[in-house]
Amino acid sequence: MSIRHGLLALLERGQMYGYQLRAAFEESTGSTWPLNIGQVYTTLSRLERDGLVRPLPENEGGQRPYEITDAGRADLALWFATPISRTDRPRDELAIKLALALTTPGVDVRSVVQTQRTATMRALQELTRLKYASDRPEDLPWRLVLDAMVFQAEAEIRWLDHCETSLVRHRPATGPGGRPAEAGRTAETAGRNGEEARR
Amino acid sequence: MSGPDDAPEVGTAVLDLRDVHRTHGSGEAVVHALRGVSLTVGPGELVAVMGPSGSGKSTLLALAGGLDGPTAGEILVEGQPLGALDRRALARVRRRRIGYIFQDLNLLGSLTAAENVALPLELDGVGVRQARRAARAALDEVGLTELGGRFPDQLSGGQQQRVAIARALVGERRLVLADEPTGALDSQTGEAVLRLLRRRVDAGAAAVLVTHEARHAAWADRVVFLRDGVMVDSTAPLGGVEQLLAGSGR
Repeated sequence: MSIRHGLLALLERGQMYGYQLRAAFEESTGSTWPLNIGQVYTTLSRLERDGLVRPLPENEGGQRPYEITDAGRADLALWFATPISRTDRPRDELAIKLALALTTPGVDVRSVVQTQRTATMRALQELTRLKYASDRPEDLPWRLVLDAMVFQAEAEIRWLDHCETSLVRHRPATGPGGRPAEAGRTAETAGRNGEEARR
Repeated sequence: MSGPDDAPEVGTAVLDLRDVHRTHGSGEAVVHALRGVSLTVGPGELVAVMGPSGSGKSTLLALAGGLDGPTAGEILVEGQPLGALDRRALARVRRRRIGYIFQDLNLLGSLTAAENVALPLELDGVGVRQARRAARAALDEVGLTELGGRFPDQLSGGQQQRVAIARALVGERRLVLADEPTGALDSQTGEAVLRLLRRRVDAGAAAVLVTHEARHAAWADRVVFLRDGVMVDSTAPLGGVEQLLAGSGR
């Protein structure tokens, strides 16, 4: 997870200045990721250098708001569309990505969930294949390491399933990312999926 | 997971679903259980189907096994369109070509394990002796060689499940359909069941496994995701284990 993408996602909601960004970032991440204002300004100046955000004139209070550029939007869209690799993951990125996807305009959260689920499922298949090939008694330590990775991946998929069920139950029809066709389908099946979740 | 040497002949799909639809009811009460699903499973391939309750998983399996018919679309088993068969011919395909493993085992309590396994063959007109011989081979395959004479209530849950698998595999069945086959089993026993299924597939059968457990679906070569009767995604074929290992510290 980069603070970069966090700030870009927040600016996609509308222009903000540094302190607003810090407050919104901490709110989005459930205060699990405290940010100091220095980090916010350093990141903003890098984003500006890369053409992903642009500074606006100072307001009466002397605060300078920033807005996202088209290049910034493209960068953000790419981040949401790309699954996080299991090989070098900062563990929290996925949770924060989903939290931000919920509040970022124009993001189809269900598709973010499905993209990640498919990628994690594939990793789980690879791990299972390794396990299947490690059947000798002396393979046990290695098999246990594999099991640890298997259960982590499984937990992530179960959590993604849970997220999806929650989305269907709590945001049935609308939301920034809801397309009309998608929304209709979701409403139609909400009862059924809700029923499953209670079982 | 089969190597190039033991890979069966490529070409004919064992199971081929072509733009299959299944609706129940009509008018206001119509339910679209499947909406245009296409799926091909070749010999030596295990495909897992995942999705929440009501997504169409079990409908897909019932259609693949000829237990139910599609509203539209076509289903072929070993190249034969099921829709073109009369009832008798369809029943024969179901008995000879397709093995079913359900969570509810349906073992007959008054028959021994070996008799349960031999039953589908005997129903199909195979002589008792030959059927028993095939049943013994199938019980060997699932590691129950010694227990063929026991009745179901003399076997543990895991052993009963293995008998049910032997019954699904007995004879020359090329297509195995499994619906939550590890349902009530603990994780080790459940894994043993999946290893058996995997081994049979590696020997040339095709199988479809319906499950909501990611850990079980991971035994498949390909995992497809169903939502509201539509196939929304599928994992790419396997490969590139090295990349995964690079991150595991080995």
